[in-house]
Amino acid sequence: MSDPLFPDGTCTQQHAVKNRYQTEIFNMAETHSLQDMRQQAAVAAKVFVQRDYTSGTMCQFQTKFPSELETKIDKQQFEETIRTLNNLYAEAEKLGSQSFIEGCLACLTAYTVFLCMETHYEKVLKKIAKYIQEQNDKIYAPRGLLLTDPIERGLRVIEITIYEDRSFTR
Amino acid sequence: MKSREYQQIDPQALPTPVRTPPHDHPQAGGGDGRKEPRRTPRRKWEVFPGKNRFFCDGRIMMARQSGVFPLTLGLILVTSGLFFIFDCPFLVKHLTGCIPAIGGVLFVFVLVTLLQTSFTDPGILPRATPEEAVDVERQIDDTGNTSYRPPPRTKEVLINQQVIKLKYCFTCKMFRPPRTSHCSLCDNCVERFDHHCPWVGNCVGKRNYRFFYTFIVSLSFLTAFIFGCVTTHLALRAQGGKGLVFALKESPGSAVELAICFFSVWSILGLSGFHTYLVASNLTTNEDIKGSWSGKSGEGVTNPYSHKNIFINCCSVLCAPMPPSLIDRRGLVPAEESAQTSGMDTERPKLNNKSEMNVVGGSLHLVFDVQESCSDFSLLLNQTKTVPLPARSLVACYSPNTVSVCFPVSECCVKVTPLCAVFQLLSKVCIDHAFYWVWLVVFYGVHQAQLLVCLHQAYIMEGNCLSFNKSTEITVFHCSFV
Repeated sequence: MSDPLFPDGTCTQQHAVKNRYQTEIFNMAETHSLQDMRQQAAVAAKVFVQRDYTSGTMCQFQTKFPSELETKIDKQQFEETIRTLNNLYAEAEKLGSQSFIEGCLACLTAYTVFLCMETHYEKVLKKIAKYIQEQNDKIYAPRGLLLTDPIERGLRVIEITIYEDRSFTR
Repeated sequence: MKSREYQQIDPQALPTPVRTPPHDHPQAGGGDGRKEPRRTPRRKWEVFPGKNRFFCDGRIMMARQSGVFPLTLGLILVTSGLFFIFDCPFLVKHLTGCIPAIGGVLFVFVLVTLLQTSFTDPGILPRATPEEAVDVERQIDDTGNTSYRPPPRTKEVLINQQVIKLKYCFTCKMFRPPRTSHCSLCDNCVERFDHHCPWVGNCVGKRNYRFFYTFIVSLSFLTAFIFGCVTTHLALRAQGGKGLVFALKESPGSAVELAICFFSVWSILGLSGFHTYLVASNLTTNEDIKGSWSGKSGEGVTNPYSHKNIFINCCSVLCAPMPPSLIDRRGLVPAEESAQTSGMDTERPKLNNKSEMNVVGGSLHLVFDVQESCSDFSLLLNQTKTVPLPARSLVACYSPNTVSVCFPVSECCVKVTPLCAVFQLLSKVCIDHAFYWVWLVVFYGVHQAQLLVCLHQAYIMEGNCLSFNKSTEITVFHCSFV
């Protein structure tokens, strides 16, 4: 295999030096990365479910089933989770009569109510956090997966951590 | 310059740069020089990478440049103060007691909304974690792009049957959601970015636009109200043939108020009118200025975010549920990520020959071995030096004995040749030997981690200039982001 840093295989004097270091470097690189892998043995991979912008700036996530999870979880189950999350986020951002009244009231008080009251969005976020916790406990943790609440990633992605199956390394 | 075949460097084979390496003696902690590895956990606002200032332990935030915010505040306080001191007593006596009441309400409104606009998080998007950035990079490269041409840095999505281009933000390492823009003054991506307002000393974005709108509307009412009251006051005083000059002499404060209000009422009214138009059509100042939806770029380009109904547009901008702050200012920094997010650590002597690279937030610490080469290339010094690197540099350690310095060359450097890009980097590295073998892996290109430029040969350093000897060769190949 040709090393990207040493793609030229010819043996000029300069390259002889390179080659001398090459073996040493490669050996150290290998041990280095093996050490790293052993230390990271728990987390095998992370999958990211990106946002779906087809309905505008509303917070929705793509329901496409990532290929890395094919062996781990049922496609229906996964899509169900994402769809419920999408519905919850839609509920948080919904422009209903209740939010309209809240908005008008807030405007009349120069928005000082936001300092005292928990907003509608925050209430739904708590619901979402509870739902994710529940899903993790019931469905994802037994399969060696972990859903991270998107709010911890700035509502950019749903991060799914795949843990290595420890039973094989024993 | 020979160009070679490309090879992907597998990110799995590289040690993760973000992990704190195993060490046999304690390292210095965060940027303020504390030495113990275990200390009280810090709040996230203390390690926030953008250019913001935080007060009250993260509860209040502003842009680092406060702009003319003190002037705005001062003008409002002075004008209102003069109004209550000089004009109100007279007007209460001669007209009605409602005047100070109305004035007071408007003044409180203006002040409260101004403070809320300035001190609220405008809708800053936190920067992507390194794993996310790798994933995005991988998704782009999945198209099997191994050619020399850097992959595109825009992504197209379909919103309400309109094709919108999402741009990739180099600083925040993610594709910006629609309507999000990166504010260069605050160095943050802000959702529904309207503009950066120097008068309030903060960006105006999704979360504080309603405060801003209420502020300018109430300020225009207040200014118009004060202007009207002062005029009435002076007119009443000047009655009976006494003349305007006499009235002004009796109430000098009114002159000041008159001047201030006269000159500002037009611009504030204009601004209110403009923003009312923006609210009614669900546009941002940014989009309006760029003319994104005005149809200049083609027919059939309409605003995909508009609900096509003025009332609904107004509701969605002003009365929608208040979105939460995404940056979690008062959260605690998790212990294992403190190496990733902690600030600069500029003089930490490195441990041993293994090069351990820490990506510490926006700037980094790099230790590398430089091998001094003599005429027969036989001398190996293994000296280690710690050098601070320019901000936004990233390091992939290819092997412990090589320098792997990777940094995203900014867009303006794209037109610069690879050699010059390296010069810029190396000129900041203080190496004071004459000849060096330095293995440099330099990310260069429009997309982070697009090209690797690798210097194999020795170069001569004279002062801050670099020149290459005749046998310099440069290998260019493609690499994955780590």
